[in-house]
Amino acid sequence: MALAPEQTSRAPGIAFILKKALISALVALVLFSLMIGIRTEAGPTGQLIYWTRFGDLAVMVAAVFGGSIVVELLRQWWGPVGTIRVVPPSVQSSLAMARRLIAPALLIFTFLVPVIFYDQRYILDLGILVLTYVMLGWGLNVVVGLAGLLDLGYVAFYAVGAYSYALLATNLGLSFWVCLPLAGILAAFWGVLLGFPVLRLRGDYLAIVTLAFGEIIRLVIINWQSLTGGPNGVTGIPRPTLFGIPLSPGDDGLAARLGIEFSPTHRIVFLFYLILALALLTNWVTIRLRRLPIGRAWEALREDEVACRALGINTTTTKLTAFATGAMFGGFAGAFFATRQGFISPESFTFQESALVLAIVVLGGMGSQLGVALAALAMIGGFELFRGLDQYRMLVFGVAMVLLMIWRPRGLIGHRAPTVFLRHNQAISSDLVKEGRG
Amino acid sequence: MSDILTVEGLTMRFGGIVAVNDLSFAAQRQKITALIGPNGAGKTTVFNCITGFYKPTAGTMRLTHDGGSETRLERLNDFRISKLARVARTFQNIRLFPGMTALENLMVAQHNALMRASGFTLLGLIGAPSYRSAERHAIDLARFWLDRVGLLERADDAAGNLPYGDQRRLEIARAMCTEPALLCLDEPAAGLNARESAALSELLLSIRGEQGTSILLIEHDMSVVMEISDHVVVLDYGVKIADGSPQQIRDDPKVIAAYLGADEEEALAVMEGGT
Repeated sequence: MALAPEQTSRAPGIAFILKKALISALVALVLFSLMIGIRTEAGPTGQLIYWTRFGDLAVMVAAVFGGSIVVELLRQWWGPVGTIRVVPPSVQSSLAMARRLIAPALLIFTFLVPVIFYDQRYILDLGILVLTYVMLGWGLNVVVGLAGLLDLGYVAFYAVGAYSYALLATNLGLSFWVCLPLAGILAAFWGVLLGFPVLRLRGDYLAIVTLAFGEIIRLVIINWQSLTGGPNGVTGIPRPTLFGIPLSPGDDGLAARLGIEFSPTHRIVFLFYLILALALLTNWVTIRLRRLPIGRAWEALREDEVACRALGINTTTTKLTAFATGAMFGGFAGAFFATRQGFISPESFTFQESALVLAIVVLGGMGSQLGVALAALAMIGGFELFRGLDQYRMLVFGVAMVLLMIWRPRGLIGHRAPTVFLRHNQAISSDLVKEGRG
Repeated sequence: MSDILTVEGLTMRFGGIVAVNDLSFAAQRQKITALIGPNGAGKTTVFNCITGFYKPTAGTMRLTHDGGSETRLERLNDFRISKLARVARTFQNIRLFPGMTALENLMVAQHNALMRASGFTLLGLIGAPSYRSAERHAIDLARFWLDRVGLLERADDAAGNLPYGDQRRLEIARAMCTEPALLCLDEPAAGLNARESAALSELLLSIRGEQGTSILLIEHDMSVVMEISDHVVVLDYGVKIADGSPQQIRDDPKVIAAYLGADEEEALAVMEGGT
């Protein structure tokens, strides 16, 4: 009995393919009849006018019908386990070779970006943006990838960090280098505060509460006008200084002191190396923590919480430290964001940001540092790459993500490196590694 | 010989169902005590009470340490039983960390000792020498236990990739890495073949003999129970029906009746057990 469906799928007749294509076309017809078939617009006097586009609808349904047949035929050609066979073994072995070189190569390239693209402001800005998300991804990776706690409200800590720096700097006049650790500490404090009520929750419930927490922080920022300026945000946030030396055109600026001509690019390059240093610090600390008992306890918590308790591990403090560590890095990134922008408002800290950072972590392969960096590059950089496609950008991007997850269901880097070994340091296939249930 | 664990009047109710009713027994120091009974007799419930996973409805559980000090297990909960009372346990359905290597599993078991050594992460983060030596000791202890359970060759393999019998032994090794005073094993021989369960009996006897660890075990495999236990407690419907040496239990008509009522084969196994 168990073999029956396999046999039919192995040799599907023309009737089977046509039937499947017909069903797909029908579904498309129902979906597209409203989305494409009828076009509505507000008329000149505000009334609703609409007209039909049945020609376009027919084209789309035909495309789905034809595409479905092509996909079925391709599937037959590749055999039942098509997704693995798409990449031939020779390519896979060379990929494994490249994988070992990719991290150092990427790091060296990143260091050289401001040198190579010195006069291309756009690329430098994009680099800073990508590195910010790399750092956020690495921070969230502690919570989601290592401890297995699904956090949908990570942007809250980003916001706490950004507002901590913005308010401390504009109200008390503290410098960036004093505020940076303070922003981290405050974000970690909020991480613990969030951690307490959600300790007993698991999986979906945890995700919903963290999502709510992210929204609460944003709504508090919007409504606490006297402190945060509400929807108007905080303006005039001081730019960072190189340990007290401002990067300004004045006489006491860095350019004047070094005796070189002032250029606004200096500040961009400085910001680039600043976020690079912060991201590398995050990476270094996370790699160190993974090899310490606390990091192993996080991973053990992701694997099996009940077994952790039986081994005498305090799961409460272990979860709280994971939340606090992740939140602290989010706070650092937030402080950097505030100083880079010079202006922050609640609009920068919507759920969209949380979802984007979570997507980076999941796409990268949960728990993998290199994977998160690659995913951030692909998500943020790739999104910019498709800029020329205008309104189809989201569509192309979505399709690319779906294909990537079919090809690599466990993320770009689909294995886990052990934290300690006796003889062989061999990677563990992520089929064995649990995602954690909160 | 003194008792390491004294259970008195233990009762556990789930709503209207009485899983364990007024159970009293003692486990002796450096002995192997077996808890047997038909399916649904309440054995695992007793275990969950002792190891803090359930809070008993009534009763006391006293754990006497080597120095004579006592720990009241019913007052501790959760992870504190393992941390403070030094009671370790294994699970009926194996609960390893499948995505971590065998060695990592044993390192996680030494969490509390390593946390202290790493100065609650701060000393470890800066790579203090004191932490490094503590970690080397931890690896040595893990290596020792991997060797004892015959898994040294597979130390760097993912625990989830090990064969079933190896996973059972690794779970015992992991529990022993917490350096417990009392080791609670929930059906350690379940799913093992005859050769593997003979090796398991040998391992448990050596743990009792060499480490001096007291063992409390739940087991269905009567050959293992009769061979290694010093003392057997029989439960049926949450009530103790017999308590004594393996020989006494084997001849007890009440035990035979309980097993006959539950399962004929098991009753035969009890009567012929060990022969």
